[in-house]
Amino acid sequence: MTKDEVENGRDDMLIDGPEQANAVPDGFNANYLRIYYGKLFPHADIFKWMSYGNDGKHPACDKSYIGRREFSFTLENDIYIRFQSFNSASELENSIKEKCPFKIDIGPVYSVDPAKRHAYAQSGDNVFTPVERELVFDIDITDYDDVRYCCTGADVCLECWPLMTIAIKVIDTALRDDFGFNHILWVYSGRRGVHCWVCDGKARRLTNEQRAAIADYFRVYQGNENSNKKISLPGHVLHPFLARSYTEVLKGFFEAKLLSNQNLLSSEERYEKILEMIPDGSVAAELRGRWQEKKRSSMLKNDINVVRWEQLKHALQSGKQKAQGLRRCVEEIVFSFTYPRLDMEVSKHMNHLLKAPFCVHPKTGRVCVPIDPNNCDEFDPTKVPTLSQLLEELNRGGLRQDAEDEWDRTSLGESVTFFRSSFLHPLLKSCKEEIESSYNTKLQQAKNTLSW
Amino acid sequence: MQVVRCHRISSSNDVVVSTLPLYRSAPPLEVRLEDFELFAVDRLRVLKGISDGLSRGKKPEEIAKLAMDLWKANMRYPQATEDVNKDNISHFVLRLVYCRTEELRKWFLSMETALFRYRFHSESSEAQRALMSEFNLPYKAVSNAEFESVKDKLVQVARSMGQTLLPADAIFYKVPFEEVSELVAGRRVFIHKGHAYVAMNQVVSIVVTQFRSHLSKALILTNRKWTSTIREQEKDRLTPIVEALCTSYLGPDYSQPKEFAEISIKDIDQIAKTSFPLCMRHLFEKVREDHHLKHGGRMQLGLFLKGVGLKVDDALAFWKAEFAQKVGAERFDKEYAYNIRHNYGREGKRTDYTPYSCQKVILSTPGVGDHHGCPYRHFSEENLRAALARMGVGSRIVEDVIDKARNRHYQLACTLTFEAVHGSSCDAGINHPNQYFIESQKILQSKNGSMAQ
Repeated sequence: MTKDEVENGRDDMLIDGPEQANAVPDGFNANYLRIYYGKLFPHADIFKWMSYGNDGKHPACDKSYIGRREFSFTLENDIYIRFQSFNSASELENSIKEKCPFKIDIGPVYSVDPAKRHAYAQSGDNVFTPVERELVFDIDITDYDDVRYCCTGADVCLECWPLMTIAIKVIDTALRDDFGFNHILWVYSGRRGVHCWVCDGKARRLTNEQRAAIADYFRVYQGNENSNKKISLPGHVLHPFLARSYTEVLKGFFEAKLLSNQNLLSSEERYEKILEMIPDGSVAAELRGRWQEKKRSSMLKNDINVVRWEQLKHALQSGKQKAQGLRRCVEEIVFSFTYPRLDMEVSKHMNHLLKAPFCVHPKTGRVCVPIDPNNCDEFDPTKVPTLSQLLEELNRGGLRQDAEDEWDRTSLGESVTFFRSSFLHPLLKSCKEEIESSYNTKLQQAKNTLSW
Repeated sequence: MQVVRCHRISSSNDVVVSTLPLYRSAPPLEVRLEDFELFAVDRLRVLKGISDGLSRGKKPEEIAKLAMDLWKANMRYPQATEDVNKDNISHFVLRLVYCRTEELRKWFLSMETALFRYRFHSESSEAQRALMSEFNLPYKAVSNAEFESVKDKLVQVARSMGQTLLPADAIFYKVPFEEVSELVAGRRVFIHKGHAYVAMNQVVSIVVTQFRSHLSKALILTNRKWTSTIREQEKDRLTPIVEALCTSYLGPDYSQPKEFAEISIKDIDQIAKTSFPLCMRHLFEKVREDHHLKHGGRMQLGLFLKGVGLKVDDALAFWKAEFAQKVGAERFDKEYAYNIRHNYGREGKRTDYTPYSCQKVILSTPGVGDHHGCPYRHFSEENLRAALARMGVGSRIVEDVIDKARNRHYQLACTLTFEAVHGSSCDAGINHPNQYFIESQKILQSKNGSMAQ
């Protein structure tokens, strides 16, 4: 900009000079990524995580462990390379910096280094097969398209994001309270969903059948557009897990947020969808009759969705409705609109690859940052740092002598700090204890067999 | 176990405690060569009966009764001690037969586990407790104090399953949840901090899981022994018997289309209307309509078309013609072509995948946006009626079909549909979509043939 241009003050230009020089246009490309991997991506933390304590000095550490973990890279031009493995933190870091992958996926730990897999059989004695893998979950908001009206497809907004908040609360509580897991990482997928990584040793050693069983424990929603009722809650009462989810999470969110946000009962098209879920035609007809009349004079103050929902609940739960099918109807409706919908296939198989945290999503430029399950109400997907934003922040900081911890002076700092303090450090502490104690147990056993 | 010619069976002197063996090791008996085969065939009748019951979607109680009836009919001897011998011998012979491939092992494992479950269930509770201790299950009975603290949750779980009260002498066991996957999957237990609280009557599940896992490992070992020594050693005696025993029991897998091979894409719309079973017809219509299918649907329909005789290049052309309208030709080549070639054994580990049988289709679980699975199982009655009407099934038969589907006899429903559409009976019953296609084409071609004359 020349002095003339500045002084003539073109309206659409900001006059503050230095910031203009730091501005980084929005986007996602190899150049941006190169800087991101060079200065911001937490290579060492990822390596430490994947090592699960085996990179230590204790004699019981398995030096081969990290080298048996599969990574896969998707490069520019959609070139996809699987079965990448690394034996040290610097190998991992250098490979990422050199190849500059647009996406990094993490696979299982195999019985042998994946790079050597061709030397091993598919079955029999000397097998190449997964031996450990985190228990993972993938929740994608497009699976809720039939119950959200604000967006469709890849879009996500603050009106429908609560569905993800609900999923996190329900699943996280169950993983800790019911299944007894402790080391759980929730990650924003970068666009329209969340991933969950359960990293306890017990979880990593689960078989495919056990993973399928856990996924089935969580499954309530059945069916698709070809079947009628997709949620069916038989039985006189709900299983404690479902009951707790309903009273602690689903009911509250449904009544306080989703009813109004999504205008679930305000128009005929929308309320018909809910009336369809009532098995008793006469009850549905009665409600329909009332709502078609549109008597709104006395209800101007209150949200029409809330008012109608109260009417519906009263019609279904009042004393006279003792019929079997109506017993759980209110809950079934709430579950239909709120209960988590998991991708079963992701969780069931040990060899399923899942995107690594701290990757950048190519379509949105947003970083896949961890989400704190204890504060997930506050998480805002529209405020997640983008690649260009982070580079801009780096520019503003100016040149620094030390190249360490550059993420700390950007918006990414918060995420990396959280990742370490809430997840990584407790996990590694527990891994160290596990390694040491199993070593001591083995020593003790050996001593016992030797004594006469 | 020693196999000898023409010697009498030397009976063991052991006193039999429980009638339900765990097949931990081959019994030290001598067996006549004829009995080697006969015992195995009798047991196979029981296992096959269970397999049939499962494919036809029978209720668990029905299959349990069927299994016990078949057992009584085929496996009983006048003397009780002989029973146990036949039980053991037949099991170990069938291990040899069914250890030899992954698919055989999977089938045998499923059927033997099911059989074990039904037999365990019908034992007295003392016998059950005795068997439990044989498995060395390190599960502790829940103390009274702990029981009181979780009692209301246990009652809640029981009521959620339709049981009204806990029995007065209810004993519960506390086990790590991963030992009782089945119960966890069905939300039939209360779990807390990684422990499942299992009722005595659910103990069956624990025991069965152990049985299954042990048998699974044993089959792998048996296979190794078979391939390394037994097969060669016994090539003039037992091997021919073993190899003959299994082929008679598995239906054709339809992976190599024979007589009616060579369908081309220009014929496909026509034959879809006349000869596809409803599950494939629905998928086919959806592809034409939406120009897309999710993974489950692509697998189910894709492999079916392979079995029907669609060559890999025609398959690629078909899928591309549809998908390109939605995602573009370039994206099709990038993201979908590989998987189609994979199905035909042209990529990756080059397995030639076989089309799904009805059993597999029925057991799949279509989710949001999916159209695969068995429509007799998943469609609402309204949608099923409409679909059948579009196939030209008369309204009276439609009611019959709906009734069968409602009672979970999905394959019988499909058979009725077949019979209505083609105007002729199908005695064998439908148990594979490609079978439906082949039978349909047979009828249509013979009609054309006779008309031409």
